[in-house]
Amino acid sequence: MRYLFRTHYQQDITLFRHNGDRFWYGLLVLLVLVAPAILGEFYIGELGAVFIFAIAGVGLMLLVGYTGLISLGHAAFLGIGAYVNAVLLAKGVPFLVTLPLAGLSTALCGAAIGRPTLRMSGLYLAIATLAFGSIVGTVFQKWTAVTGGFDGFAVPTPTIFGYPIEGATGIYYVSLLVLVFVLWVSANLLRSPTGRAMVAIRDSEVSAQSMGIHLARYKTLVFAVSAGMTGLAGGLFAHYVRYLAPDAFDVLLSVQFVTIVFVGGLGSLRGAILGAMFVRLLPQLIAIVRDDLPFGIGRLPGLEPSLFGLVLVFVILFQPGGLNGMWLKMKQWFRAFPFKRQTSFRRQKSYARSERLR
Amino acid sequence: MEDAARILQLIVNGAAAGCIYGLIALGFVLIYKATEMVNFAQGDVMMLGGFVAFSLIATFHLPYWVGGLLAILITAAFGYALDAFVLRRVIGQPQFAVVMLTLGLGFIFRAVAGITWGYDSVAFNTPFTNKTVNVGGLVLGEDNLSIIVGTVLLCAVLYLFFSKTRVGVAMQAASQNQLAAYYMGIPVRTIFSLIWAISAGVACLAGILLSPVSMIDVNMGFLGIKAFAAAVIGGFGSIPGSLIGGVIVGIVEQFAGYKLPAGFQEVTSNAVLLLMLFVRPQGLFAERMGKRV
Amino acid sequence: MILFQAQDISVRFGGIRAVDSVSFDVRQGEVFSIIGPNGAGKTTIFNLISRIYTPTSGKLIFEDKEITTTPAWQIAGLGIARTFQNIELFPNATLLQNLLIGRHCHSRVGVISELVFLPSVRKAELRHREKVEDVIAFLGLQRYRDSLIANLPYGVRKVVELGRALCIEPKLLLLDEPSSGLNVDETEGMGFWIEDIKKDLGITIIMVEHDMSLVNQVSDRVMALNYGKVLAMGTPHEVQTHPEVIKAYLGGEVAA
Repeated sequence: MRYLFRTHYQQDITLFRHNGDRFWYGLLVLLVLVAPAILGEFYIGELGAVFIFAIAGVGLMLLVGYTGLISLGHAAFLGIGAYVNAVLLAKGVPFLVTLPLAGLSTALCGAAIGRPTLRMSGLYLAIATLAFGSIVGTVFQKWTAVTGGFDGFAVPTPTIFGYPIEGATGIYYVSLLVLVFVLWVSANLLRSPTGRAMVAIRDSEVSAQSMGIHLARYKTLVFAVSAGMTGLAGGLFAHYVRYLAPDAFDVLLSVQFVTIVFVGGLGSLRGAILGAMFVRLLPQLIAIVRDDLPFGIGRLPGLEPSLFGLVLVFVILFQPGGLNGMWLKMKQWFRAFPFKRQTSFRRQKSYARSERLR
Repeated sequence: MEDAARILQLIVNGAAAGCIYGLIALGFVLIYKATEMVNFAQGDVMMLGGFVAFSLIATFHLPYWVGGLLAILITAAFGYALDAFVLRRVIGQPQFAVVMLTLGLGFIFRAVAGITWGYDSVAFNTPFTNKTVNVGGLVLGEDNLSIIVGTVLLCAVLYLFFSKTRVGVAMQAASQNQLAAYYMGIPVRTIFSLIWAISAGVACLAGILLSPVSMIDVNMGFLGIKAFAAAVIGGFGSIPGSLIGGVIVGIVEQFAGYKLPAGFQEVTSNAVLLLMLFVRPQGLFAERMGKRV
Repeated sequence: MILFQAQDISVRFGGIRAVDSVSFDVRQGEVFSIIGPNGAGKTTIFNLISRIYTPTSGKLIFEDKEITTTPAWQIAGLGIARTFQNIELFPNATLLQNLLIGRHCHSRVGVISELVFLPSVRKAELRHREKVEDVIAFLGLQRYRDSLIANLPYGVRKVVELGRALCIEPKLLLLDEPSSGLNVDETEGMGFWIEDIKKDLGITIIMVEHDMSLVNQVSDRVMALNYGKVLAMGTPHEVQTHPEVIKAYLGGEVAA
């Protein structure tokens, strides 16, 4: 059982709390870096997709988990990033420019949708973002001059300084790099005044205003940052799928993103990654065990979405902390072993808190 | 003369579609007013209700009115059970936890419906299918008219229920101030489950009324997204508001399909929704509320 | 020197005049209490000063500058802090984070620097932390530093609420019922803190209170309100023996 003895305020600001953390995370990074040498191409491809979804998950986590603003339209931002990246690449712009541009343009769109939705609370914001996502999806379908509509858009292979990024391994490393960047930026934001302002907005808007937090500015900012990160994920997504179809960015994808945030555990960056792993790997898991399931369950159509729904319901009812919550509970269990008490993990009874009046 | 006929046709079609949106929105609003939860699976409940009616009427050959009423009762019981066993457990969690929960439930409903009834569209015989009525030289489909008439009747029944019966008044009390209702001896949790039951019953009715116009299939629930526009216009606060909102959306949609180039019709409800939210978020009928600190 | 002035402010909610032509001024360094029965409009006045509501008529003047239409988020930067009657802390954050949020109005770093966490941001963070630690030491909250607010008892939360307001380093502090929910000992402790804030930190205080012993203990001047109107203003003794005030609290004549 480690006791953290603090002697300097710096220790509360650093990204890793103690050397144990640094060791384990270092080991993780090492494993992730050498994975392509160990695992086959298929698994590397899947991991690359996990990283891409994790990037979008982190973006959405900042918005939903930390600022309390729900968005059911984030697939639109993924699509905008994907198309901007692909279209500019097709025009000959180098990849090192198109990817950041994809992120920036999506961030601007995020700010644009953030501004008018400022006064909307949870429910209305959810509905507005849902409508926004739908409209953008329709734009992707109809603006055939740019996106090619239902004919699809072939995404050119990206090159960095002349070296083509080909195959699953290339996407794997690029996505990993972007994921680490996004995580670092998010962690910085969260330990700064802006991060605290986000939490303040989530917990009590009135109080936040009295502390000097300009609600409009911060909400728009978080929307922009969140959309920008999702746009980066979109740019990478384009290379993962290699052929863009406009109906890929529909409300079901947005629901998948929100599921990442929820099942992962609201209010934690680790949760975004765990959630992305869950959402991407669940279909693979089902595909593997499908034939072995009894009673012919595996042959039922609609097995995947129903399992999806079941897990979502289960998590909200019984494990609202999500995968991150379960991880922390496990760590606590090991730390306190054998002194775990029956009530260690019991949740407090809570009463309905009116959202109409925040 | 022909133009006027065309316009009237559009209005009737729009009003009929709008009534369906309004009925789904009504379901949202009933639950939201009472418990501040939004049931994102309301459209899927409508779908389940429609399928149950199909089973009763087409498979078990019950007469239309009997089968329909039974389907409504069954769906209402399902709504009650849903609240009692699932939704009650998430009281106290933030609002979007409930949003996600109902989204998850929607997935489950769709999957269960697909497994039980298959993924093809089905329909059953109603007294209004393929019949038309002549109104002042204009030929209108009875199916559309039945939707409008059915909705109006339902609203009258609900109005009387909420204002005249004890249970209805208790529901109003519970939705306005939970704690005070508890003190008055109103069994608040039962009342909320009853509200869910009514909401589910209304959704089932919407499904039954809709079936002659568009068949019943697993993805029918996505109409629920359009119903949001109706609820928002109505201000998420009142029964007549939701219906008027629905009718507005329905009619605007029809005219958009008529006047604008192809493919823009589907965007209409979303565009109307966003416009409403930006211009007058409290809807046409609701009041603004603020917090006393 | 007059730090704050309310000139003839009124606010109406629909047909109800919550605050009706109220005028008062607060001198620098004093403790000014507002008393009155429930619903008299006391917290509404605070909400007007923090600009959560806008007065329908009248002027609010702070340090000779008019703040009647200043946006709510600028009030903290001007030097006005407030506590809330029903504790509006951030329950899912630690005590330290709550107090650090109180430092927000003094934060001068830009978002881009924050995103890459430049050394200037780090230095600013450490400085804010030191200021917050001063407040923690002042209020004796060391033990609860890393606890989530949701896990703290009510009495402690009240103190944290006060601490968060102090982190703003205000010139004017609005305390909304600081002793509500506290027992006799805690109320006395609150009284000592208010005196310390006035003497050691030199902060001017406007206080809404029901507990008359606390009002007598700390106030320099008192204003009594009823139905949104001013009943009396003066020293604590003057106001409490004013016949109108007695009538408002007890209703009708009181046998001597």
